[in-house]
Amino acid sequence: MLGYPISIVISDILILRMKILDILQETYIALSSNKIRSGLTILGIVIGIGSVIAMVSIGQGASGQIQSSIEGLGSNLLTVMPGVIQPGRGIVSAGRGSGQTLKNDDVEALRQIAGVAYISPELQRRFQIVSLVGNNTNSTVIGATPAYAEVRNASVADGSFIAESHIRSMGRVAVLGPTVAQDLFGDSNPIGVTIRINRTNFKIIGVLQSKGSSGFFNPDDTVIVPLSTMQKILAGDSFLSTIAISVESKERMPQVQEEAAFTLAEKHRVDPQSPDFSIVSQADILGTLTQVTDTFTIFLAAVASISLVVGGIGIMNMMLTTVTERTREIGLRKAIGAKKKDIGMQFLTEAVLLTFLGGILGVLLGWIISIAVSSFAGIATEVSIQAVLLAFGVSAAIGIIFGYYPARRAASLNPIEALRYE
Amino acid sequence: MIECKNIAKIYKSGEIETRALHNVSFKINDGEFVAVMGPSGSGKSTLMHILGCLDTPTSGEYFLDHKDVSQLSDDELADIRMRKIGFVFQAYNLLPRATVLRNVTLPLVYAGVSGGERECRAKEALRGAAFPENFWNHYSNQLSGGMMQRVAIARAFVNNPTLILADEPTGNLDTKTGEVVLDTFQQLHVEQGRTIVLITHEPYVAEHAERIIHIRDGNIVEDGSVKHRRVVHAE
Repeated sequence: MLGYPISIVISDILILRMKILDILQETYIALSSNKIRSGLTILGIVIGIGSVIAMVSIGQGASGQIQSSIEGLGSNLLTVMPGVIQPGRGIVSAGRGSGQTLKNDDVEALRQIAGVAYISPELQRRFQIVSLVGNNTNSTVIGATPAYAEVRNASVADGSFIAESHIRSMGRVAVLGPTVAQDLFGDSNPIGVTIRINRTNFKIIGVLQSKGSSGFFNPDDTVIVPLSTMQKILAGDSFLSTIAISVESKERMPQVQEEAAFTLAEKHRVDPQSPDFSIVSQADILGTLTQVTDTFTIFLAAVASISLVVGGIGIMNMMLTTVTERTREIGLRKAIGAKKKDIGMQFLTEAVLLTFLGGILGVLLGWIISIAVSSFAGIATEVSIQAVLLAFGVSAAIGIIFGYYPARRAASLNPIEALRYE
Repeated sequence: MIECKNIAKIYKSGEIETRALHNVSFKINDGEFVAVMGPSGSGKSTLMHILGCLDTPTSGEYFLDHKDVSQLSDDELADIRMRKIGFVFQAYNLLPRATVLRNVTLPLVYAGVSGGERECRAKEALRGAAFPENFWNHYSNQLSGGMMQRVAIARAFVNNPTLILADEPTGNLDTKTGEVVLDTFQQLHVEQGRTIVLITHEPYVAEHAERIIHIRDGNIVEDGSVKHRRVVHAE
């Protein structure tokens, strides 16, 4: 008794599967018998999907690059700056050096906070730097302590970094960023050579490893001198422009940030609600920049999707033409027993297959474009799996949306009139 | 068996009513070869659409295998056509981009017959329609008119229908090729006992059937067997 219904179910499944195969075969015949038209219609989708993939990959590449270079500036970094960052205006408008509220003894107070790994007080100014051969450059000079190397992820490619003894003795030594070294000395070795910063002679003891620009600040275009030398000789004041704090672990960042704000507010005798300094964590900087690149990516994708919509209209146009051309065929199919849904399915499958093929080729095209862009224009690109899946989804959806109307039109044709159609 | 009882069909376009059929009643038994004959505008096409379940009558009843099919929905009619009706059209209506074999299997695709059985039955039908085997894999648009019509005939009876409806099957053919097609119908009728309804305006063509129903202005004016029947190949 049980065998009978089961065999019916199995035969139903077989019929269903067969129908899918049949529809695919019909679709293949229909599309391949009109190769040029199918090809041109697919091209519309290929260009649409290809440009979306390429644009999104450029956007994501840019955001990935910014993220890695920000992280390269030092891990788990908190930056204390004088002055107040206006809420909503981001870090770009922070007036560095505008206030003179950070002092050397703030550093000692901050060092007591649990969770602080390294602390790097810094004072930076721009100065004209002249080599004795006559080359000169205008660059950022940073007065720093040995902790700078740990906090900022800096290391020397050649020579040595600022040592504790240089701080104590107010040594006139300098470590050059690779860009400055290149500008002043070209390819020759600058170690041991003397340069003049603001009319004072400094001996070069090292050259930093290159890190690449982070967008707003280029750590390669700097000269590092002992903090004491900077404060007493070059700048002539005892304030700090930045205190960079490296926190032991990511989890402790909020706690350290909070305690540092409290400690400094107490020390400066100011209301913690309106302090004369601000503390920015790496996450804040990253967040702001990610916001910018995300907007950029969305903008590019939106522009590219216009061509996708145009491609979809192309699909609809072709399907309507096909339905009209094949009116008699539809009439015949109906006469020999095709139901509305059989006809509708057949034409919808044609549209979806067109867009799906377009989707596959479009992803390939976008990929090739993004590789070409990164190798010829030097812009970082990144094709993510999500973007590819999204492109497939969108192309199939376009097939369904723009193929639905022509398919419905085909399905609802009257068989008698369709058979008579000339 | 086919039975029509008081079939009427009225077409409305705006205010004007056109009566294509007035109370038409007749019976066709299984295994009959009937010609429906009349001049153009007589209502024979309307009758064919109703017999073929492509259209429903305005009033009256139409029994196909003892089942009233006069009030069915579009999809139910499609189902009846799939199982019980085979069509042969004046313009052949073959799929141009498909092979002969594929054209013949088409009705079986919609009937949900499996691939292997489909091919078997299509080949059998092509043999029944005396279609030469070396053309089975040709594209249908490479064939002559007579050949195309024989493919259409094979397609019409491949799903073993109750009724084969042929609408002016020789209308696009010269007399000699027309003879070949009419011969095919006669052979099917004799050898396989198929029920065939042939719609034509030519008395010469109609005389190949056993019985002629004359229709004029939407009424049956004469219904009787053919006195001097034309047989292409005498047995």
